[in-house]
Amino acid sequence: MPLSTQSQADDEQYVLVASLDHARNLSNILKAIAFKDHAIFSATPNGLKVTVEDSKCLQANAFIQAEIFQEFTIKEDLVGFQVNLTVLLDCLNIFGGSTAPGVSTALRMCYKGYGYPLTLFLEEGGVVTVCKINTQEPEEPVDFEFCSTNVTNKVILQSESLKEPFSELDMTSEVLQITMSPSQPYFRLSTFGNSGNAHYDYPKDSDMMELFRCTKTQTNRYKMSLLKPSTKALALSCKVSVRTDSRGFLSLQYLVRNDDGQICFVEYYCCPDEEVE
Amino acid sequence: MDCVVTGGNVKVLAKAIHSLSRIGDELYVEPQEDGLALRSVNSSRSAYACFLFAPLFFSRYTIPSGHAFRCKMAIKSVQAVFRSLASLEKTVEKCHIELDKQKDRLTFTLHCKHGLLKTHNLSFQDSESLQAVFDKDSCANVFRAQPRLLVDTVVHFPPSLEEVTVAVSDERMWVRNHVDEDTEQSKAMLTELCLASDEFDHFAVQAHNSVTFCLKELRGLLVFAESTGLPISMYFDEPGSPVVLSVTDSVLEGNFVLATLSDDPNHRKNNTRRAHSPPPPPPDDFMSDDIDSYLIAMDTSIAPGPSATGPPTPPLAESTYSEQPAAANHRTRIHSEEEEEEETADSDRPPNKKFCSLFFGSVLPPSSQMSTQPVTSQEVLASDSEDDT
Repeated sequence: MPLSTQSQADDEQYVLVASLDHARNLSNILKAIAFKDHAIFSATPNGLKVTVEDSKCLQANAFIQAEIFQEFTIKEDLVGFQVNLTVLLDCLNIFGGSTAPGVSTALRMCYKGYGYPLTLFLEEGGVVTVCKINTQEPEEPVDFEFCSTNVTNKVILQSESLKEPFSELDMTSEVLQITMSPSQPYFRLSTFGNSGNAHYDYPKDSDMMELFRCTKTQTNRYKMSLLKPSTKALALSCKVSVRTDSRGFLSLQYLVRNDDGQICFVEYYCCPDEEVE
Repeated sequence: MDCVVTGGNVKVLAKAIHSLSRIGDELYVEPQEDGLALRSVNSSRSAYACFLFAPLFFSRYTIPSGHAFRCKMAIKSVQAVFRSLASLEKTVEKCHIELDKQKDRLTFTLHCKHGLLKTHNLSFQDSESLQAVFDKDSCANVFRAQPRLLVDTVVHFPPSLEEVTVAVSDERMWVRNHVDEDTEQSKAMLTELCLASDEFDHFAVQAHNSVTFCLKELRGLLVFAESTGLPISMYFDEPGSPVVLSVTDSVLEGNFVLATLSDDPNHRKNNTRRAHSPPPPPPDDFMSDDIDSYLIAMDTSIAPGPSATGPPTPPLAESTYSEQPAAANHRTRIHSEEEEEEETADSDRPPNKKFCSLFFGSVLPPSSQMSTQPVTSQEVLASDSEDDT
């Protein structure tokens, strides 16, 4: 195994070493949050969290637990750095990202610490590519203060039922309006476009609705341009939890099952667009 | 207006709208007593299509009594309602189309699996009625074929190809790509397919003519015909007069009226004097024809109300009908001749295709039937000619 020929001495210099048999398990989930170039990586002994933000109004987090990796060694409590996500994704797919069975890229990701590049060793079919991506000063992610105790309404849906509506959302509408209510219309997505408006209503007893816990009627609008990237996460996921808190902030949590049957999470936070009377 | 479409018919409706979107940007919706008419026309008025869904097509069909309602709307927005065509059959159980008079919205409600309810409130504009004047029953050449035959024929032409030429003899039909006369002969590639009459369900040729028309609209209809499995009928006479493609079953009828390139001016001059076609040119001559125009015209004027429902076409009216296009034809021809002169003077100009007119009559209080007949009333045509004089 070319990847294991790395000398132990080398390994000792790294504060973070993470190995994956299938680099695709990482690249797939990163694609679900790849709507901006800058990604903040924070690694703890629990795993890796990757954060991407837009306009201080939208934040996406991908969580890849330590167990997903075949090896996950971290020498500090918290290792943080920022890299260009587009470049990282290009590197992870450097062998073409083939989905053919039996063909898979193995990954070993190493980081020496502040000021050092992120080093990727990628191997497929006996060929090894070493990529070094310059790291940047990590920015502090925005704290959306989204706290589960402040959650007013929450529904969990099978992603299947949201995929079609999200794929056909009227993009001429500036906003996506989400209504959640203990009474009719229960859970409603609305758009207001050039040619008229559209509503998608989910009854609370639909077999797609896994959980329906709404305490108060809430109608909030979110910028369509901000929410559109979440479609990628939706496409990957099997379940989605939609929550709003008392301020109208939106949390979308996607449960993503990778090719090996392991579970990861992707989470989007979005600020409401404006007050609706 | 309040109609409900269920089951597989939702897909049929969606496919019809998608194939209409190949024609024009706007969808004309007109609930008539004999069914819901959906129509579209392209911007140059050289192509027109109409679907009429009979009341039986719907599980509920009620139309406003008293005053007639008709409107037009962006076809894109209606298409958006039925965007997920592939899954439509599996997911949509019922489609409800309703006019919300208070809000001036046409509401499409899709009742989907798992209780999902999709409601689209679409804005619309009031419009005049849109009807093309054509008479497919008087066409000399009539064919009917399974959609597969035409799909397999059309598949040989590149997507970029704009027009095809269809030539017929007693036994055969030739379909070939139309090569613009301005194309350098050495660069042109000709693809020709020959279909034997026994491949058709019906093959009746009276005039050995060849006509050239746009492929895009034909492709649009083929998508519909293929998904519904309905045979396509084709009617045409002579170069310059429209070709009519239609699909019919017990609850729906679709007619696509496409302008054809008209023949050389002399030929057309003959036409203007004669109500009936001159001796057909041998098909092979076609490539050298002076193709200078499409035949199209559209009258969106408001016809005098009561007269529009005039008497059924007697032979007399028919002759008036055939003279009428001729007049307009003549008008446009003069125009194009002028252009030709200009062109010879300045041959470096990019080639431009010259259009003249197909006949559309647009009648405000429409006769209740689809215009498979030349929207009969001479009055309409007369009002048309007022522009001329």
